[in-house]
Order: sequence, then C-alpha cells, then structure tokens
Amino acid sequence: MPKNMFEKIWETHEVSEGLIYIDLHLVHEVTSPQAFEGLRLEGRPVRRPDKTLATADHNTPTDGTMAARLIADELSRVQVETLERNCEEFGVPIYSLGSDRQGIVHVIGPELGVTQPGMTIVCGDSHTSTHGAFGALAFGIGTSEVEHVLATQCLVQKRPKTMRINYGGELGQGVTPKDLILATIGRLGTGGMTGYAVEYAGPAIEAVSMPGRMTICNMTIEGGGRAGMIAPDETTIEWVRGREGAPAEFDAAAARWRELPTDPGASFDSEVEIDASDISPMVTWGTTPGMVVEVTDSVPDPAAMDSPADREAAERALAYMGLQAGTPMTEIALERIFIGSCTNSRIEDLREAAEILDGRKVADGIHAMVVPGSQQVKAAAEEEGLHDVFRGAGFEWREAGCSMCLGMNPDTLAEGERCASTSNRNFEGRQGKGGRTHLLSPKMAAAAAVAGHFVDIRDWS
Amino acid sequence: MRPLDIIEGKVSVLDRANIDTDQIIPKQFLKRVERTGFGEFLFYDWIRDGEIELESNPILVTGSNFGCGSSREHAPWALQDFGFEAIVAPSFADIFYANCTKIGLLPAILDEEHCRAVAEAGEARVDVDDETVTCAAGVFEFEVELDVKHRLLHGLDDIGITLENAGAIDAFEATPGGGYGPVTTSLG
Repeated sequence: MPKNMFEKIWETHEVSEGLIYIDLHLVHEVTSPQAFEGLRLEGRPVRRPDKTLATADHNTPTDGTMAARLIADELSRVQVETLERNCEEFGVPIYSLGSDRQGIVHVIGPELGVTQPGMTIVCGDSHTSTHGAFGALAFGIGTSEVEHVLATQCLVQKRPKTMRINYGGELGQGVTPKDLILATIGRLGTGGMTGYAVEYAGPAIEAVSMPGRMTICNMTIEGGGRAGMIAPDETTIEWVRGREGAPAEFDAAAARWRELPTDPGASFDSEVEIDASDISPMVTWGTTPGMVVEVTDSVPDPAAMDSPADREAAERALAYMGLQAGTPMTEIALERIFIGSCTNSRIEDLREAAEILDGRKVADGIHAMVVPGSQQVKAAAEEEGLHDVFRGAGFEWREAGCSMCLGMNPDTLAEGERCASTSNRNFEGRQGKGGRTHLLSPKMAAAAAVAGHFVDIRDWS
Repeated sequence: MRPLDIIEGKVSVLDRANIDTDQIIPKQFLKRVERTGFGEFLFYDWIRDGEIELESNPILVTGSNFGCGSSREHAPWALQDFGFEAIVAPSFADIFYANCTKIGLLPAILDEEHCRAVAEAGEARVDVDDETVTCAAGVFEFEVELDVKHRLLHGLDDIGITLENAGAIDAFEATPGGGYGPVTTSLG
C-alpha cells in the first residue's frame, strides 16, 4: 500500500503503540531547567546524551556579551548558567554563549548537519517544525515532555492526521517562501492546520532552497500544525553533504533518504491546492499571523467581516496596532526594523536583505537591526562583507540569538513602537509590551527600512 | 501529579478566540528555573491593564484555539497555579493540550454552543471518568483519550510508565535501522 512520508517516518519510529523513538533532542535554556530538575529528583540519567544537543539562544544578549557569567540581567544569567551546569552534570553536548557553534537552536541543528532526513526531532520550542524542511518529523514539546525524552529517548504521542498542501505554479519575482507561508496561514487560519502533520509539496516547493523550506516549515505552528514537512530531494542531500554531523557513510544514508518521499497514490486526511503564482508579498496588519494581507492591500475593515467573533478580534487588533481600517499598507510608517529569528536569519536571508540595502540608507528616524541566526552565519556573512553593507546602510550588526523575536533579552520594542519584523509572531506584547509587530520577508523588511514605510518589493527590481 | 476526578464549582469566563501563550504568561516570567509560583503572573499584561478580570475558580471557559503559539509549559503551570483544574473550550492548540494533560490540568473540548451554556450557567461539575460537563443547562459530553484519562484519574507520571517498558526501547535501539541515523551530537 502506498504510504505518505509522515507514515513512513512514524512507522519506523514506533517503539510500541503511541510511543515513538526520538532521533534528535534539541535543548535550550528556557524550557529545560525544570526537566533536568525532575531527573535529578528521581535520580534518572539522560538516556542518550549522544542524541541530545543544547545551546543558549532565547536569553542571550546580542551586544557582544560572550560568556554566561557576564550576562547583566540576573535571571537570564541564572538560566543560561543553569543550562551549562545541567549539561555538564548529565553529559549533554552544549554550545553556549561564547562558542563559535552557538546560535538559535533551529539554525544550528541544520547548520551542523545533525538535522537529517527521516529523523524524529523534538525540542521544547514550538518552532521545531523548522527541521521538517529536511523530510524529518519535527515538532515542539512542553517541559514535561522534554523530561520524558531526556529520560527515555521516547515520546508518548498521539498520531496526528495528515494534510498535504500542493503548490502549483511558481512564485513570482520578489515573492519569497515567507510570503508563501504567510499567505497560506492567511487562507487556512491560525487553527487551520491544528491536529495535522502537514506536507508542503508541488513544483513551487521543489524550486525552493533549503533555507526557504526551513522558513516555510518553521511557521507551520502559526497555522496550528503539529509538524511541517517537505520531501527530501537532491537539494536536501547536497545541503547536508559535508556538514560536521553528516553521516560518515553518506551515500548509503542518502540512498535511504531518497526512499522517504510520499509514494504515488498515497492518501492524506486532507488535501489543499494553492496556486503559488497567485501569491504576492505579504504583510501582517493584526495580532495573529493569520491577520495578513498583500502589501498592495489596505488595512481591512472589521465592519466588512462576516462573523461577530472575527469582527471583534479585528477591532481589538486594530486598536492595539494603532491602525485605521482602509489605510493602504504602504502608507504605514515604521520606527523599527528587525531582521533575524529562527524564521529568517540564515545566510541566504541576510544576502537577500543586503542586496536591497547595498548603496542605500535607512530612512531617518528608523532604528534597524540585523541579528544573524548563529555564530557560523555571522562569520560567513562577515567573510562576504555583508556586515559592511548592513552597517553602511545604518543597521546595527549584532551577535547571534533569538533577540527581538520574543524580547526575553535586552532587544525589545518600546510601548507603541511599530516594527517590520522577519520573525514569526505578531502577538500582543511579543516583542515588548505595547510593541506593534508586522511580519514580512527579509527583502521587504530591508526595503521598508530604506523607505520608512512598507513598499511593494516588486516595484524595486 | 495530583489525581483528577471530579472538578466542581464556579466558572471563570474569557470570551475570546486564539488566546496565545504569550498572553497567558508573558515572556518576562519565563526566566525562572522553578516549576511553581507562576499563578500570580497569569495574563499579567491583560489583568494589569484592566483589559480582563479573572476570578480564581476551578473551571475556565474560553474561546477556540486556546493556548496557540509558543510551547511554553509555563502557561498551563500558571493556569493551574492560579487555581484552574479544568479548561473548557471549543478547541485547543495541540502542544498546549498535551502540556495540560501532562500536569493534571484537564482540557475539555465542547462545541461552542455548549461552552456558552456552561459560561452562562456560572457553575459546573466536570466528571473526568464519565467525560461529562454538567451545568444548569444540561449534561454535555467531551472526549479524552483512554490512556490520558487513565493517567489523569490516577495522577500517574508518564516517565514511570514508559520506563516500565524500557526493554522495548532497548530492543528498538538494538534493531538495525532502529531510529534514523546514525547520528551523534558529539561533534568533537
């Protein structure tokens, strides 16, 4: 019987019914301290430190503080130091602040080559769906589950339903994977994928690079999806080849990976068709990633919405965002620009933004920053001279970390500040209490920095 | 965790859809390394700004897609620490739902109309074993997976149950191709 990719991975990882084996467990400082404490109280070891990898990212300052003990904020310092101590005690490899392999957990896994096709991957972080870009089954878990995986290398898991989204056509000029996923969430809603492992497929997906595929899978959770996945192909295999963590017997591994894609005729619980050539550059206007429009549109009018619940939510969002219905998106003036996060902080994202910024300047009154996803991304960008392009344009060039995506570190928005952000969540207060976040692609963020307001990037090239 | 059987009492209502975990427990409170004491920070910004009022009751009724966003288990910890033992909503985000069941906080899914009825009744009785919510407006059924129910009713820790099965994990690891790899995170 033909099988889809999810079924193949799930079935090769079932230890017993409802208990699946985890090939890679990524750990960071925020969701792990209580899990390690639980192990300690029960006298349990970490079952497979060799399948566990830790880094510090959420709390880490991006200002050049290069050791945990130097972090100014006491609670952040304690959390990162606790992670370091826990990893030492339990024998877990860690790349903490100061390591040249440190970075956002969802950037370093792929970068080091430990994220591979066919694997099951978990992390106490909802954006773990990122790793599905390699044809892995990857999803976020809570701290109790982190403890469970540390102790058993397995996870009690209800089998999700499967959905395939087929993207026909091709993305237009200036339209990026970020726009593709924002448009998808806009169409399906923030709960539209709840309960599903989602496979993104079709010619428009096959044409996307690995970093672009990571951006798409990353935001699966914003549509409520349990996991996002893309079939491994030669693009995937070539991307993994030669990385530090890549299998020693690479060709044999690659041969197995080529068996993973969904068989012809395999079925899904739900199928969706989207024409990629219909997708435009997107910008969010509200306080969920599903509140999104094409950049050429205007801020929607709640009065025109059918359901009372949508109307109420939209009114509340507009009040929070300080926006008037009917305002063209391109007339919304900005104060901050953030290029970074596990969604869009890889070298390719930085190249795309730098290409727009080369020879241009950030508009007056705009405070712009770019935060590479990892120390390796930062080093590669500096090798190419991208840091000079960003600095020359008036951007701050920072150290690796989650930074202003969630404001657990000193990088935050002030009350009322309006930010164009390449991150993944525009929730109230996410980037700082009272901060107003608009999500968009790195190219669009760079262009907005120059113009001082949103622009249709298609008009620029 | 504490066993959950009957949850009975007054109902708090939060009539909004898509409440994300950043609202339930804002990021500045995620820096603690303990599991307890999060209740006083529940809905910190909304309560402090006077946007909502929330009474500590055994039951919370709220809107669809509750708990979306970040996987932070701090959200269910805060709800439980505040006093809630059951949350009733038309739907929950996946990770949040799982997190609740791991700590003995019951997420009960009722359709929207029944959620409204429970909210209006102001008091209810949730029976985990029977999978029912009873209020002045009637008796409404919800579903909970058998193994989850078993753990909730007996307050059982997942890890202990899985470790009873450690032989199966050993066998899986010993099987060629057990798991996908080989991979090691010890990169030298």
